[in-house]
Amino acid sequence: MAQVTLDRVRKTYPNGFEAVQPCSVKIPDGELVVLVGPSGCGKSTLLRMIAGLEDITDGALSIGTDVVNDKDPADRNIAMVFQNYALYPHMSVAKNMGYGLKNRGASKAEIDAKVQEAARILNLGDYLDRRPSQLSGGQRQRVAMGRAIVRDPELFLFDEPLSNLDAKLRNQMRIEIRALQQRLGVTSVYVTHDQVEAMTMADRIIVLNAGRVEQIGTPTEIYEYPASTFVAGFMGAPPMNLLTAQIFEGALKLNEDTVLPITAPAGMGHKVLVGLRPEDVRLGGDGSVLFNVEIVEELGANRLLHGKLGGQDFSLSVGKDEAARTGVQPITLPVARVHFFDPDRGTRI
Amino acid sequence: MTDITETHVTSPAPSRSTKRIRWSQVFDHTILCTGAFFMLFPVLLVLMTTSFEDADIVRNGLQFGFEGQMLENFDAAMFEAAGFSKAITGTRMLMNSLILGFGFAIGKIVISMMAAYAIVYFRLRFATFAFWIIFTTLLLPLEVRILPSYEAIQSLGLANTYSGLIIPLIASATGTFFFRQFFRSIPEELVEAARIDGAGPIKFFIDILVPLSRTMIAAIFIIMFVYGWNQYLWPTLITTDEGMFTLVRGIKQIVQVLSQTGAMIPEYGKALALSLIAMIPPVLIVIFFQSWFVKGLTESDK
Amino acid sequence: MKRAGFTTVWLPIALLLPQLMIIAIFFYWPAAWAVQSSFYLQDPFGFGSTFVGVENYTDLMTNTEYGKVARFTLIYTALVTFFSLSIALLLAVKADKVIKGAKSYRTLLMWVYAIAPPVAGFLGLMFFDQRNGPMTEMFQTLGWDFRLGADYNSTATAMVIVAVWKQIPVNFIFFLSGLQSIPKSVREAALIDNRSASGRFWDVTFPLLAPTAFFLLIINITYALFDTFGIIDTLVRSEPGNNPVTLVYKVFVDGFRGNDLGGSSAQSVILMVLVLLLTVFQFRLIERRIHYT
Repeated sequence: MAQVTLDRVRKTYPNGFEAVQPCSVKIPDGELVVLVGPSGCGKSTLLRMIAGLEDITDGALSIGTDVVNDKDPADRNIAMVFQNYALYPHMSVAKNMGYGLKNRGASKAEIDAKVQEAARILNLGDYLDRRPSQLSGGQRQRVAMGRAIVRDPELFLFDEPLSNLDAKLRNQMRIEIRALQQRLGVTSVYVTHDQVEAMTMADRIIVLNAGRVEQIGTPTEIYEYPASTFVAGFMGAPPMNLLTAQIFEGALKLNEDTVLPITAPAGMGHKVLVGLRPEDVRLGGDGSVLFNVEIVEELGANRLLHGKLGGQDFSLSVGKDEAARTGVQPITLPVARVHFFDPDRGTRI
Repeated sequence: MTDITETHVTSPAPSRSTKRIRWSQVFDHTILCTGAFFMLFPVLLVLMTTSFEDADIVRNGLQFGFEGQMLENFDAAMFEAAGFSKAITGTRMLMNSLILGFGFAIGKIVISMMAAYAIVYFRLRFATFAFWIIFTTLLLPLEVRILPSYEAIQSLGLANTYSGLIIPLIASATGTFFFRQFFRSIPEELVEAARIDGAGPIKFFIDILVPLSRTMIAAIFIIMFVYGWNQYLWPTLITTDEGMFTLVRGIKQIVQVLSQTGAMIPEYGKALALSLIAMIPPVLIVIFFQSWFVKGLTESDK
Repeated sequence: MKRAGFTTVWLPIALLLPQLMIIAIFFYWPAAWAVQSSFYLQDPFGFGSTFVGVENYTDLMTNTEYGKVARFTLIYTALVTFFSLSIALLLAVKADKVIKGAKSYRTLLMWVYAIAPPVAGFLGLMFFDQRNGPMTEMFQTLGWDFRLGADYNSTATAMVIVAVWKQIPVNFIFFLSGLQSIPKSVREAALIDNRSASGRFWDVTFPLLAPTAFFLLIINITYALFDTFGIIDTLVRSEPGNNPVTLVYKVFVDGFRGNDLGGSSAQSVILMVLVLLLTVFQFRLIERRIHYT
């Protein structure tokens, strides 16, 4: 087990493209850290740099106490689960799992024991002699996990391991991976573009955008106090409403007719972005704020109401027992849960 | 807009149309059978003719039917010494053909697989350059540079040797290009997983890449074997020693002997039998390993 | 190159070395040699050579014999390509359609691929034999005094027929695999949109097959130009005389029989340029091909 430290780690490609801007993170021993962001944000590159599959342009990466920048992937004592699993198609499940150990010179008996143990944990006992092509998607996923477990690594790396599975299986595997990781207590770095996976699995989330770390924090911190409009919009479904408001004598004006009953933050110019989570807003109220509902989305457990608030796009979420209809209706804004962002830089105020 | 209602599906398609479909099928089969007939018949006729006596063949040409001479003719083709120096038999030529076929196919696969591996899987600045050097060879078939290649072999003293026969034929990029395409289609993550599993370049090649390429190797082997076996121009130039003749090279000899107008009756039966022996091994390989062969041919796209 | 390639330096060089060496000795050297000697006139008795500039080329351009060979090669290539492609396409379309016996037909129509060109030529020699070849008799019944080896047109016809026969299987294999790779959904969509079978073929199937056809066009031109050497050599019994021959055959005859190294090399260089043009053309097509998929 080990902690992982990234000290101003940076990646620049020969053509000058900066894939990962200097990034400093300390991952405590045993934690599961999720790297999340849209595609092309550099999250996979960062993971592959930790794995040693990609050169580190600058900065220091340590696993445990050693700086491992120049170590071969095989010498970093890591294990990786790939998006497409990368199972060796011509080897049986058992051989796939044992290949790394064999290369390390482990004895046959030792390999056997470890493979059996991993198979038991992952319920793969009946499939050890099969080829990957004879397995279902979920089973292949488990084999990929098994290959990681048998190595007894200091660090697990996951590169979007669930994105090739269907929604139901994905939910199930999400829980299994998390449970397994907690049981084994191995430090893990998990890359995904799915914010639900990030929120549900992580001890700590690192949100990346365009090669830059936007925010690092626990799921709650990220959700409750997004550091930028990017994080606010990326984490949470449906995303946070972001309304552009004029500050006029301390009041927040969306347009001529709509003034929000919220106090403007001090020390601002004449414009601010107001962030409101759809689930924080409630229907009904004194009529001072009117929401024009255009579409009602039925989700079963709740409903989403989409429409216009003061001429700007706005959504809110209500429970399944609440009546929902289209048309203009009053709403109540959560005064205590308003987020303010700088309209130019997008940063939290 | 119409209301959506359930409709009841009526009984299966009317039987009236089946007759018309059948006629078009008959037409399709007729065309295919005609094609198959024209492919097959010439060889069949030659096979039948080998069962006749030489005198018969000389008088009447190719024969339809069966006589009793087939065994004798094939026996003569295989075991009777022939040529000006009486140094060559059918078995000897068969052996030379096999050496050329196998030697060429194996040599080509080994050399091109190694080169393709180096080009695809290593971070080598020189790799792109090497690829282009190799790739350019696709531009010039052996037939075009035959004269200087012949000079090269002469000056290396490789005339009338198996190496001289095989190695220059390997000097083209088809195999390398083929394996390069195939390697590039293998998911990147496989080499990454292997590196994390502690496999170095040699281990990865032997443990993973070669087993993964088995089908491809088989496919390219068949194509290359047939290609090598069927070589004509190069063996004609490079082998003047009759003991080195391949079956296909022997055809030239047969044609020349049959063209001579001498007192003796030309040995047509034997010659035809020999031409069949020259066909049989590659034809059998292509037929039996058809699916690999087709896959290799069409996926390589040259 | 793969994203995460190995970084070892000596190993890839060692792996590339055999291929590069063979290429250098048997490819680059001969090619350079051919280019060089195309500018020299070789003494017929082997006493050195003199630089003559482009004279070998200008000689060829004004040589009526060479012009005749070039013209024949053009016609021959066009005929072989056209007939072997169209017959193979017809057979492939039918083989793709039938359900019963599809596999047997495939085998029956492709096995000839494995026959060596000179062996095919030898069969041709028997079938077109002047005295008693079945094909000769057929032509004579039709009123054509067919004489292989003696009459220019007769020999040319025999060459085209044998070359087409030998090439149909390759084209058939490619067309069939091209047809089979057309997605089923596309065919079904066409089935709904167009009730005429021939309309569906020309509007949907054929355009989708066009990349394969273009590719085969190049393959067939190359085949007719170079790979039919064995067929021609056998059909003329290695004695070209007044018989039609192709450009490649003339390179061989002038170089090895006529000992005209300079002239033969110049012909080689012209053929090299021809192949180069074909390859460039082919690359253009491959680029287009990618747009389809």
